[in-house]
Amino acid sequence: MISSSSNISSRSTSEGLLSWTVRLLALMAGGLLLLVVLFLFREAWPALQHIGVARFFSDPGWYPTEDAYRLTPMIWGTVWATAGSILLASPLGILSALFCHFYAPPLLGRWYRRMVELLAGIPSVVFGFWGLVVLVPLIGRWHPPGPSLLAGILILTLMIIPTIMLVAHASMAQVPVAYIHSATALGFSRWSMIWHVILPTTKVGLFTGILLGLARALGETMAVLMVCGNVVRTPSHLFDPIRTLTANIALEMAYALGQHRAALFVSGLLLLGLAMLCVGMAEGLRYRNAYVATK
Amino acid sequence: MSKISKMPTSRGPATVFLSCLLCVSALLGQVSAEAKEGKLVITGSSTMAPLVSEMGKRFESLHPGTRIDVQTGGSSRGIADAVNGLADIGMASRALKPQEKDLYGWVIAHDGITIILHKDNPIQTLTDDQIKDIYTGIITNWKTVGGLDAPITVVNKAEGRSTLELFLHYFTLSNRDIHAHVVIGDNEQGIKTVAGNPHAIGYVSIGTAQYDATHGIPIRLLPLQHIPATIETVRKGIFPLSRPLTLVTKFPPTGLLETFIDFAQSNQVNDLILKQYFVPIHE
Repeated sequence: MISSSSNISSRSTSEGLLSWTVRLLALMAGGLLLLVVLFLFREAWPALQHIGVARFFSDPGWYPTEDAYRLTPMIWGTVWATAGSILLASPLGILSALFCHFYAPPLLGRWYRRMVELLAGIPSVVFGFWGLVVLVPLIGRWHPPGPSLLAGILILTLMIIPTIMLVAHASMAQVPVAYIHSATALGFSRWSMIWHVILPTTKVGLFTGILLGLARALGETMAVLMVCGNVVRTPSHLFDPIRTLTANIALEMAYALGQHRAALFVSGLLLLGLAMLCVGMAEGLRYRNAYVATK
Repeated sequence: MSKISKMPTSRGPATVFLSCLLCVSALLGQVSAEAKEGKLVITGSSTMAPLVSEMGKRFESLHPGTRIDVQTGGSSRGIADAVNGLADIGMASRALKPQEKDLYGWVIAHDGITIILHKDNPIQTLTDDQIKDIYTGIITNWKTVGGLDAPITVVNKAEGRSTLELFLHYFTLSNRDIHAHVVIGDNEQGIKTVAGNPHAIGYVSIGTAQYDATHGIPIRLLPLQHIPATIETVRKGIFPLSRPLTLVTKFPPTGLLETFIDFAQSNQVNDLILKQYFVPIHE
């Protein structure tokens, strides 16, 4: 008893120290983000001022060395590639988490999960390289030229499946055993238990996984740069080449000067905007779902 | 050349003394340069960076205590860095433009740009007009120029690269006229793209292309105006699409800077230049 009271008193001073350290670190993290945004604005400012926001959407094309700065095709490229990969990867990721957790024999499930973890650790440039020498020629044989929106979607899907699957798996592992026991006792089939018990309880976790996957797909640069063809044109079908905002920055930043460079920072700002929009949407969705659930 | 080869045969006491004096003065010069500044920052052309980096390594081993720091970023960046003083030397894989005449350019080697096709493509030669029509989207099928019945995949370079600039200049095109299917960053990405697509056409540095073609990558280098795209034709200066690799300084070089530029222009680095399939300025 005595020792515990002395522990409490000593904790109060160390806790005060800890709480202030944590506050300081949180402030630094937040401040860093703010600094990045401010830096982006400062670097993009010459373009925003001299070119004007409207011209990024109304110019005849993206020819920065000839003073034309249309960004719309790259926004569409980014949106389609990200949306496509999320549409493919979400069901695949969630289904493989279900397989791993409820259907696979324990040993196979464990190995399967380890393999997916390994997949999550592969650097994106390796995916890109594989896409460039294997996937793109395959698509090219089917429907030339090969580097295309489809190639980008497939590579991004491969890259975000592990993220979605692992987060989904982790949240499924947290479903109280009592729920599963009750469902079994009620005579639920395995699938109706998943559909009526597991999926509704893990909804928030699944959304978080998809959101993380979305963020990775949106920000991915190297792999996309290697397989998408990088032609600045709004894609009209899956086999058209696209250039994403991230690839645009990576391709041209090293060579860009003056207004061209500032225009690339505008692409960076747009990317940040898109990311914020996605997070906002996901938050809204999550809030509504949490609300419905508690109701 | 002839003078140097004669020296050992006609070595008298006077020449021995002279060469000793030269050595001592070189040593002294080196020491004083080191004392002044031991590090050179070189930025610019991604075509030149591997070569200059190798030169730097050899220079460092010959002049202990010095450091040559090579960074890539493109010719425009190299020139801008030299002007702003962010780099001691800029690398530009082109000749200096008329508006850059107040800078000092030192050619260390030559490079040629070549049109490349996949090895399985039966086309052996294309005229300049055909290449221009392919790149502007007037010719879209290999059948039109005597090849297989297959759509052409046009590989272009990203904005700002000096290879693109030189290509457009030679074919008197603007980047708006080009109908590309793939836009690539560096030479290797272009070669991998063409090697992976039997119906693609692209353009890259001759040095890189010849190196890869002789190392089993399935690409073919096309002649231009009936002149084969090889190291020899670029050295002779008869290949139409070639460019000088230039070191750029803002001021007349002194000290370590001068020592390095002399070294980069000497035939002590010929083997390094040849190893990268560039063309040395000395035979």
